[in-house]
Formats: sequence, C-alpha cells, structure tokens
Amino acid sequence: MDEPTDITITTEQRGDARVVFPVGDIDLSRSPVLRQAMKAELESKPKKLVIELSGVEYMDSSGVATLVEAMQHSRKAGSALVLCSLTDRVRSIFEIARLEQVFVITLDLEAALSA
Amino acid sequence: MSPMPSPHPNPEDAGRPDAAPTQVDPAVDSAVGPAVEVRLLSHPTYLAGSRELVIGIARRLGFDDNGAGKIALATDEALANVINHGYKRQPDRPIWIRLWPLAAPNQPGIRIVIEDEAPHIDPEAICGRDLADVKPGGLGVHIIKEVMDVVEYSKRSPVGMRLTMIKRLTPRAADPTADPTADQSTGPTDDPTRGETEHHG
Repeated sequence: MDEPTDITITTEQRGDARVVFPVGDIDLSRSPVLRQAMKAELESKPKKLVIELSGVEYMDSSGVATLVEAMQHSRKAGSALVLCSLTDRVRSIFEIARLEQVFVITLDLEAALSA
Repeated sequence: MSPMPSPHPNPEDAGRPDAAPTQVDPAVDSAVGPAVEVRLLSHPTYLAGSRELVIGIARRLGFDDNGAGKIALATDEALANVINHGYKRQPDRPIWIRLWPLAAPNQPGIRIVIEDEAPHIDPEAICGRDLADVKPGGLGVHIIKEVMDVVEYSKRSPVGMRLTMIKRLTPRAADPTADPTADQSTGPTDDPTRGETEHHG
C-alpha cells in the first residue's frame, strides 16, 4: 500500500544526544516514516535520543506504538530515550494509554538534554 | 446540514430501536438518515479528512477543543482498526461513518456509527489489552472505551461489523463559546440506543 509521507523529520546532534524533530500529524499513514527514522537513529547507538514533539499536533495509537517500539530498541542499544515538548493533544493520548510514567517526558528540549 | 437518505441501507436496522422512534427527531431518525454520512475507502490517507470532519462537527455541537479532539481520536482509532484488522490493510474496501447529534431532554452529545464489510468477529472478543503489559500496538480499543461513554460492537447482516459510539456533552467537555443554535437542530427525542449495553472505559 503506498503511503503519503507528508511528515518531515529532521535530526540534529546536541552534545552527546541525537535530537529528532518530527513535524506533522502522526497517524496510521505517517507512523511508518517515524518508525524508519527512529530505527535509523538507534542503529548508531547514541548515548541519548531525544524526540522533540512540539511540531506534532496529533498522534494516534500507531504513533504511540512507534515510540514504545523505539523505547524497547533504545534499551537494547543502551541509549536513553527522552520525549519532550508534547502538545496537549499528544500528552492526552499518553495519559489515556497510561504511558506518561513509562517514558521519560520533559517539558522542553533544554530539560531533555539535561535529563 | 440536511439529513439525507442512506445509500447503504442495512436490513438489520429494521428491527432496531432507532428504526422507528415514537417521537420522531429528524436528527436521530434512521428512517430519514443521519445528519452526516460519509463513505471512505480503507486507505490510511483518508483518516486525516475524517478526523477533521468529526472534530468540526463535535465542536459545533458544543464540545470544547479537548473533548472534540478526543472524539476524533476515538473515531480515528476505530477506523484504523477496521483498516488493520477488519480489512487486513486492503486499501479499497468501504467504510461508512454516520453521525447524529443527540438532543435533550437528557444530556446532548454525539452518536457515531462506523460500519464495514469485513468478516464477522465475536463482539465479545473485541477488547483492549492489559495496559500494564507495555508493548507496541493494541491500544486502539482501550482508547475508544476510555474516551467514549458508550461503545458497542455488533454484527451487520449478512457481512460486516458495526461500532456504535456515544459521547455525552458534560459541563467539563462543553465549550461555553459554542454556537447555541447548534442544539436547535435537534428535537425532543433522546438518543435511540438507550437500553443498549454500555461499556465505560
């Protein structure tokens, strides 16, 4: 099935952390793009992987599943995974799924880098 | 928004309590049709459009941004389940979304019915996974039941499944700036699924 890819994902190196900036709604059609990006970043086994989510206004359970999968891979890779800058709607789905205590979630990027 | 006849009549509707309400409300009378009916193909591309539709209508019915967003999320999860599990990712199968505003005298709200032509499954077998078991996937049903006040799966005839979801407008979810005329489009009849099984998340 061809999927649209109208989500942009950029990455930056900040100290010893890789920071991923996805921009766009993450739903069933877009989560494979995020999954691929997470997998690529974790292959290099960074000390810390930060996912900065201020550009994500909407995320469904497929997006959450992608992040759970990334968390599992990060543990195997020995990388710390931190989520930051969640919008209200994205934070809401983490609360509904009761995952806000499972992930390390910080208010902003600065806090994520020092977490 | 004018009610329109359903292009997708369902024989099972004949015996349902919503088929002939004693107090006819055009907003909920299935003989006239739902307030909104959309047919889409089972391709993930169309999820964004259906979300926008649902969130826009929910806001118009008085839900605040948070409440409308959660209703759209539940609808999105239901559609994703049809695509992933019902149709096994076949991208060209039909899905119908129908919306009804719910009116006084009880709490107003929104009723959303999603139908497909996927193979039957036992409605009792549709349940969310244990949240303590953290793993990718399996959250959709939990989210739907957590967000909506009423969630009921049933079999259509001869094929397909139907999901009926209801969300009541509570003071917490109400938008005080909502257009007060929105509720005037509904009449005195309460929602037609009263008495059906309720599953609170």
